Amino acid sequence: MNRYRMHLMVCGGTGCRSSHSVQIVEALNQELKRAGMDQEVQVVTTGCFGFCEKGPIVKVYPDNVFYIEVKPTDAAELVAEHVVKGRTVQRLVYKDPAGGQRIAASTDMPFYGQQIRIALRNCGLIDPESIDEYISVDGYQALGKALSSMTQQQVVDALKKSGLRGRGGAGFPTGLKWQAALKTRSDKKYVVCNADEGDPGAFMDRSVLEGDPHSVVEAMAIAGYAIGADEGVVYVRAEYPLAVKRLKIAIAQAEEYGLLGAGILGTAFSFRIRLSLGAGAFVCGEETALLNSVEGGRGEPRMKPPFPAEKGLFGKPTVINNVETFANVCPILLNGPEWFASIGTEKSKGTKVFALSGKINNVGLAEVPMGITLREIIENIGGGVRNGRAFKAVQTGGPSGGCIPKSMLDLPIDYESLAAAGAMMGSGGMIVMDDTDCMVNIAKYYLDFTVDESCGKCTPCRVGNKRLFEILQRITDGKGTMKDLEDLETLGGTIRDCSLCQLGQTAPNPVLSTLKHFRDEYLAHVVEKRCPSGVCQNLIHYRVVAEKCIGCTVCARNCPVSCIAGERKSPHVIDEDKCIKCGVCFTKCPVDAIVKE
Amino acid sequence: MSSTATTQTRFEELDRYIDALPDRKGALIQVLHVAQDLFGYLPQDVQMHVARRLNIPAAKVFGVVTFYSFFNTEPRGQFTISVCLGTACFVRGSEDVLKEFEKQLRIGRDQTTADNLITLTTIRCVGACGLAPVVMVNDRVYGRVSAKDVASIIDDCMAQGGK
Repeated sequence: MNRYRMHLMVCGGTGCRSSHSVQIVEALNQELKRAGMDQEVQVVTTGCFGFCEKGPIVKVYPDNVFYIEVKPTDAAELVAEHVVKGRTVQRLVYKDPAGGQRIAASTDMPFYGQQIRIALRNCGLIDPESIDEYISVDGYQALGKALSSMTQQQVVDALKKSGLRGRGGAGFPTGLKWQAALKTRSDKKYVVCNADEGDPGAFMDRSVLEGDPHSVVEAMAIAGYAIGADEGVVYVRAEYPLAVKRLKIAIAQAEEYGLLGAGILGTAFSFRIRLSLGAGAFVCGEETALLNSVEGGRGEPRMKPPFPAEKGLFGKPTVINNVETFANVCPILLNGPEWFASIGTEKSKGTKVFALSGKINNVGLAEVPMGITLREIIENIGGGVRNGRAFKAVQTGGPSGGCIPKSMLDLPIDYESLAAAGAMMGSGGMIVMDDTDCMVNIAKYYLDFTVDESCGKCTPCRVGNKRLFEILQRITDGKGTMKDLEDLETLGGTIRDCSLCQLGQTAPNPVLSTLKHFRDEYLAHVVEKRCPSGVCQNLIHYRVVAEKCIGCTVCARNCPVSCIAGERKSPHVIDEDKCIKCGVCFTKCPVDAIVKE
Repeated sequence: MSSTATTQTRFEELDRYIDALPDRKGALIQVLHVAQDLFGYLPQDVQMHVARRLNIPAAKVFGVVTFYSFFNTEPRGQFTISVCLGTACFVRGSEDVLKEFEKQLRIGRDQTTADNLITLTTIRCVGACGLAPVVMVNDRVYGRVSAKDVASIIDDCMAQGGK
């Protein structure tokens, strides 16, 4: 390996690639060559840094300077100033919105200040397509330790002692899963990685797969050793082509180095991993539906019990863990379960990666210790609500989760507290909503999603959710009644109690949680026939404020249905019967004389 | 896609893939992925062929094809414009973007323009939430799209069309 005095780490995650990070790498290489420095300074394409809002990101080692919103045309200046002269390019450095000062080191930025990176430890640090770089950061050491100095039971015990729980949603203790699979006798066992990250607004698994695929490969091999499996399957979304590509590279490299295959590291242990591509069905994130899909069938869930640890893939004992769960395994074995258990709360140990998105200033991935409050995540790390608007709710857990109101922002986050609030940890998506978002409409949005993605196997989910959606449609159309609100609660409860799988059981959560925390908005829709956020088209009205109107006729000339009348230089009037509520007049009025109510 | 000769080579290539499979057990979805890559979509004769070659009922193949949103039984345009309706994009106005595409292309969701150039569809989260709202054209991601950008995205497709 060449030795370089400086490394320019360029984010190669999906987000930054879409903003031309590939061209930045090309441009930097060209400029380095021109300056005669390409033997001294190396450009590395890394995984996601997490601060997607400010991408594309270029980080300089060892100087620890974090450049944001870099363009390919900035390459010349970065090389001439930073690389050659050693001067930081101030205009590309993060500017603290509070104080206005420039912060060059990522560790000093509020976004990274409270983060502890375990699952994301290598994202942004190494080239995900190089096994050598992974090995240089203690990669495959945990596998070596397990194979050379731990029994199967000792590995399982370490997981149990660490308190690690499933990061994909339900939070089942990982060690117990492994224990059950170890205990079950069988000629064949499987390890499956659930990389079917389908929750809208959650992208941590994608980042791990794209930024550090070897950490998942290594952890799967450890799981294989622990339970006595010789085959692993990664079920990954076809929507993540880059993650698929990097996983394939990682598996091929591990095979080449003898870290996968027969007789790993000179022991009798053999383990192979293959990929299985999803085909766009949200329900396949449910573990038994996923197994059916890997077997080549429709992704419909199975009855539990028997649990997959007893009868899983092709009827054989199977351990299924999510990507982020696997990403935590190697550090636990290397640093000891006590270290991991010292982070977090009593029942939820370690860290959790949250994907912040929606109406928040800093969209991105943040890995924080369990027990941190929602307020700390949203205000400190997330930088507060966008465009200075008022915070209304944060939605956690995707279509299975719920909306948490402002009054509960000081809630310390763990599996239990979120469930008690009517939401769910889920995969860790956190979507922030402001005062322009209508909570009834958001509930309807999620139900639309569930209706679309329900596999149709059991009636409560297939039919019940459709009815829930229709009731919400009525309410947003202004045709709702008080009886509808009662029906939402009763029907929601029935679906929750009677559905076969988690998708159905949790589908009413967005409705029930908004009904609980934002009942006033439902009442406004039903009783006053009014949408307080001005979202539901059938419930909004545009009106010209006569005192403000200057009679410029801009509104009348732009109205697509000619429903605005009035003489020049005198107040105009909107004909409500003809108005299609397109909002053109509202946006075009030069003196803000048109109000939406 | 119309010429018989090329159709035949596509079937031959599909057969080569199936023959090379180490284990046909559970391979249906992976085979369908390959078939759709080759043919662009999964018409009935391709489904029948897969069923025969894997020795499973055609009904099962049809059941799987229609279950997963990734598989199409109708041909698609040269460009598939997918508007993300994931929550992050939704709260940042992706519905307006979708409406604008529908208006300018004069087609609805999951429909294809008469010249077979563009298919309009929706997706649920590509995980590029930092760029919300996101539109994908084939494999290319356009970020922070507003209704104003719709015309230029369509123009890009028209300019590259037929190549």
